[in-house]
Amino acid sequence: MADQAPLICRDIHKTFDQLEVLKGISLETRKGDVVSLIGSSGSGKSTFLRCINLLETPTSGDIIVHGDPIRFTTNRKGERIPADNKQVERIRAKLSMVFQSFNLWSHMTVLENIIEAPTHVLKVPKKEAIERAEAYLNKVGIYERKDYYPAQMSGGQQQRAAIARALAMEPEVMLFDEPTSALDPELVGEVLKVMQSLAEEGRTMIVVTHEMAFARDVSSQVLFLHQGVIEEQGTPEKVFDHPDSERMKQFLTPNF
Amino acid sequence: MLDLKGYGPALMEGAIVTIELAFLSLALSVALGLIGASAKLSQSRVAKGIATTYTTLIRGVPDLVMMLLFYYGGQVAVNMLSDYIWEAYEIDFFFQFDPFISGVVTIGLIFGAYMTETFRGAFLAVEKGQIEAARAYGFTRLHTFRRIMLPQMLRHALPGLGNNWQVLLKTTALVSIIGLTDMVRVAEEAAKAERMPFHFFIPVAAVYLALTAGSELFIKWLDKRANVGVVQGS
Repeated sequence: MADQAPLICRDIHKTFDQLEVLKGISLETRKGDVVSLIGSSGSGKSTFLRCINLLETPTSGDIIVHGDPIRFTTNRKGERIPADNKQVERIRAKLSMVFQSFNLWSHMTVLENIIEAPTHVLKVPKKEAIERAEAYLNKVGIYERKDYYPAQMSGGQQQRAAIARALAMEPEVMLFDEPTSALDPELVGEVLKVMQSLAEEGRTMIVVTHEMAFARDVSSQVLFLHQGVIEEQGTPEKVFDHPDSERMKQFLTPNF
Repeated sequence: MLDLKGYGPALMEGAIVTIELAFLSLALSVALGLIGASAKLSQSRVAKGIATTYTTLIRGVPDLVMMLLFYYGGQVAVNMLSDYIWEAYEIDFFFQFDPFISGVVTIGLIFGAYMTETFRGAFLAVEKGQIEAARAYGFTRLHTFRRIMLPQMLRHALPGLGNNWQVLLKTTALVSIIGLTDMVRVAEEAAKAERMPFHFFIPVAAVYLALTAGSELFIKWLDKRANVGVVQGS
């Protein structure tokens, strides 16, 4: 049997009040794909990412996670909502998210942050969860900080801890929402390095980013979003070196 | 040595009544406050309406009036209900409105309204990203509330909670009006009989002061624990 696609999104639309932010975005991933979503602010790339794990409910369109299509229904006000909260929770557990502002739980130590979801959501025994957490902390290079609270660490360390938290779920797909945008320039490298090593391991990742070098060197697929539609899509070589769209050409031209 | 003219044991018992009353009222008010804050922050318009009516009503009426209303009014209401039940179903249903219970219920209800506001503000102060992360990792609503919202809210709620607790503790003195023999009531009787107001009221004041000072230390300690993981500004 061929590997099932970890994530398929079909014709995702999202409207906030009157404003249509996403106008039909589709995406199909294979296992080990690294998809970079690029585009200027307000292009809808973060909204699209947040639709994938239902932090936002898409106004229309399908999301299929590892062959499991998310079911929707409409509420009394006629808004589309997920039909089955249990399904949503199950699917979210397969799609770990790394946030721009880290969002580590501030009242827990790094280790507690990492074992919280595996023990409570996946019901992994605590001892095993701790072993897993320690292995991933080693991997992201902050094992010695495991008993620190998030506020006691630098932004780069916090984001690496957040990546360890995401890894500990052993997810189908990892979602990165501008993971380096809140970091000081000298801390960006350490996070990108960790992400690159994950890509090399063959993890499926969807990354919203402004780091063009990362998008070009690490991704297998690049999507350029502009005003809620995909303007350009393909391999990094295609998107960066031979773009068809005028917008993409403009986007790549430095304008000082 | 302080000579309490034989009122010592009665004052002691009164002090215990005061402390019991304060702690039971605190428990009730915290429970009501959590329910009230959840209602005010819920999507449901009915729940919001009920909670808002509750806090507006309670915070707008003097504590003493409320207490008299509950104690005397409550008894009349029970009498009427019991008459009605007897006439309609011939069931003998009656209970005496106990001043201790009325005290706990009234003070609990009053401070539940203040706690509602304290907790509401504290819930709103929890960073949205913290809750979003919980949702993104597949937490259930209950789990998000218990493991993320509640501990983080507590940090913001503690200063207000401590304040409410001290005011609550002092409000318990009002129950002497509805005939509960707390330490204020005992002291009042003793002071009248012996014509020695200083002699009896100063020890009572000292007990209140000791209780509030002690709780202040305890709250400081709690605050320190709740703020673990927060870098304090110097």
